[in-house]
Amino acid sequence: MSRKTIGIVLVALALLALPLVLTQVGTAWVRIANLAILFIFLSLGLNIVVGMAGLLDFGYVAFYAVGAYTWALLASPHFNLHLPFWAILPIGALFACVAGALLGAPTLRLRGDYLAIVTLGFGEIVRIFMNNLSAPFNVTNGPKGITRIDGLAVGGLDFRATDRFLGIDFTGPAKYYYVLLLLLLFVIAVNLRLQNSRIGRAWVAIREDEIAAKAAGIDTRNVKLLAFAMGASFGGIAGGMFAAMQGFVSPESFVLHESIMILAMVVLGGMGNVWGVIAGALLLSFVPEFLRYTVEPAQKMLFGRLLVEPEVLRMLVFGAALVLTMRFRPAGLWPESWHKREMREGEAA
Amino acid sequence: MTVLLAADNISKRFGGVQALKDVSLTIRAQEIYGLIGPNGAGKTTFFNVLTGLYTRDSGTIEFAGRPLRLGSPHKVAQAGIARTFQNIRLFGNMTALENVMVGRHVRTHAGVFGAILRTRAQREEEAAIRRRAEELLVYVGIGQRAGDLARHLSYGDQRRLEIARALATDPQLLALDEPAAGMNATETAALRQLIEGLRADGLTVLLIEHDVKLVMGLCDRVAVLDYGEKIAEDVPETVQRDPRVIEAYLGGQVGDGAH
Repeated sequence: MSRKTIGIVLVALALLALPLVLTQVGTAWVRIANLAILFIFLSLGLNIVVGMAGLLDFGYVAFYAVGAYTWALLASPHFNLHLPFWAILPIGALFACVAGALLGAPTLRLRGDYLAIVTLGFGEIVRIFMNNLSAPFNVTNGPKGITRIDGLAVGGLDFRATDRFLGIDFTGPAKYYYVLLLLLLFVIAVNLRLQNSRIGRAWVAIREDEIAAKAAGIDTRNVKLLAFAMGASFGGIAGGMFAAMQGFVSPESFVLHESIMILAMVVLGGMGNVWGVIAGALLLSFVPEFLRYTVEPAQKMLFGRLLVEPEVLRMLVFGAALVLTMRFRPAGLWPESWHKREMREGEAA
Repeated sequence: MTVLLAADNISKRFGGVQALKDVSLTIRAQEIYGLIGPNGAGKTTFFNVLTGLYTRDSGTIEFAGRPLRLGSPHKVAQAGIARTFQNIRLFGNMTALENVMVGRHVRTHAGVFGAILRTRAQREEEAAIRRRAEELLVYVGIGQRAGDLARHLSYGDQRRLEIARALATDPQLLALDEPAAGMNATETAALRQLIEGLRADGLTVLLIEHDVKLVMGLCDRVAVLDYGEKIAEDVPETVQRDPRVIEAYLGGQVGDGAH
């Protein structure tokens, strides 16, 4: 076996064992791992729009919301619909796609700051819609949100309950973890394949120089719309899984802060590079949680009382990390160009 | 010789500036056609109108027997006109090879689903794109730079890469906007060889150039623009002696000499 194969096997084993280890520490950590995977979906989706096609999007969380509400409405007592997951996830992705195209179509001529402003507005509009679509027809149940959403159920397997298998207890979150891991493999494969394809190259070409891309024969209008739609679809999938896991959705989960967070993951990790973006998403998902669990005890031990709220400190560290990245690694921790050089050296070796 | 491109009474105005005024010219198949004129004469504007980056105010363009419609640069590329830019416009963070592969976009079809599913057709097309791009890099003489980022190439190589990307669209007409700008004598000589090779391979070349020596030595026919109007169109020897051309370049009568 080559070293590469051994490496892949070891990583796979570690990923498979992770929830069992985390369960020992606390089920909360398995939930955090699950959310981290959702954030990978989201940041990979946004990476298509921002990282590859270079279209600055501040309202990406809207597609997450569309996916979550699609699942919530199609699998809850709210409309008394209980569709199976294999129907809802594609529908959610499709709705998000349509929402992406709806955002893309009127903003085709905008770039940079102007596009950022419009997308920011779009994100807010979607959230406000969710907040207010409770009258005259109660679609979203307003700020109260939708409760008692069906979890994921495959055949007779209910992903909420704990199952005993081979003498090991698999909790609900642990089981979700495996589903998400499977989806993650799919999402990464799709992104890698898109990145190295005719369409992926066209996206990057538009980012690099839109006029040259046009002159080289790219129909920039269609290709940009495609970027918006494809990027959004990943948000839709992540949203669906989020609703299933939480069992509850409300508009306040889809605020601007979330959009900025996802954008920060893409930028921090390295725009345009799938692996960099994944690293960024993991880092920004885990580090704040880690701080949350360590800062409070640490302060109590040192000062005897809580001086700075963990939440405040989190944002401080977060902001400092971003500033430092922009100062020392403006292309992200693992930029696209590095990745290309590594690929080339790999080919030559 | 058959006419490849016939531009008829093209006009373009920017606010108070008449950038092009009733410009008509015809380019014959497989000729090297030069477009010269003092700075601000409207040469690049003509290029931009021709390649669809600007819409024209009036006039028609017929290419390969078909009318060329307004706008949409990608349709112009599809029709068979490729261009380079005066101030090089490459995809800086893509490799040289990828830059050329982008040029194949217009002649290929694989979509999102093909890419995701890696269908047989998609894989074959992708391999063909790569092969053709590699060939073109070798053709323009930068085959060994395939894996380098475009922004890391030397100036002369960037010019060549831009030509390779344009060639990747399988054009009938290649429009070069000041390809020799900023080149030294050796690079210019190599460029000249490259352009002559293109013509020998069946291409028609439209050339905007400031290097009068290059234009006069290379072009079969030359058109001269001045203040948006065509003031001459003929073989280089005749154009060089045209008093209006001399006046446009030198500003008034300065003896009879061509230079």
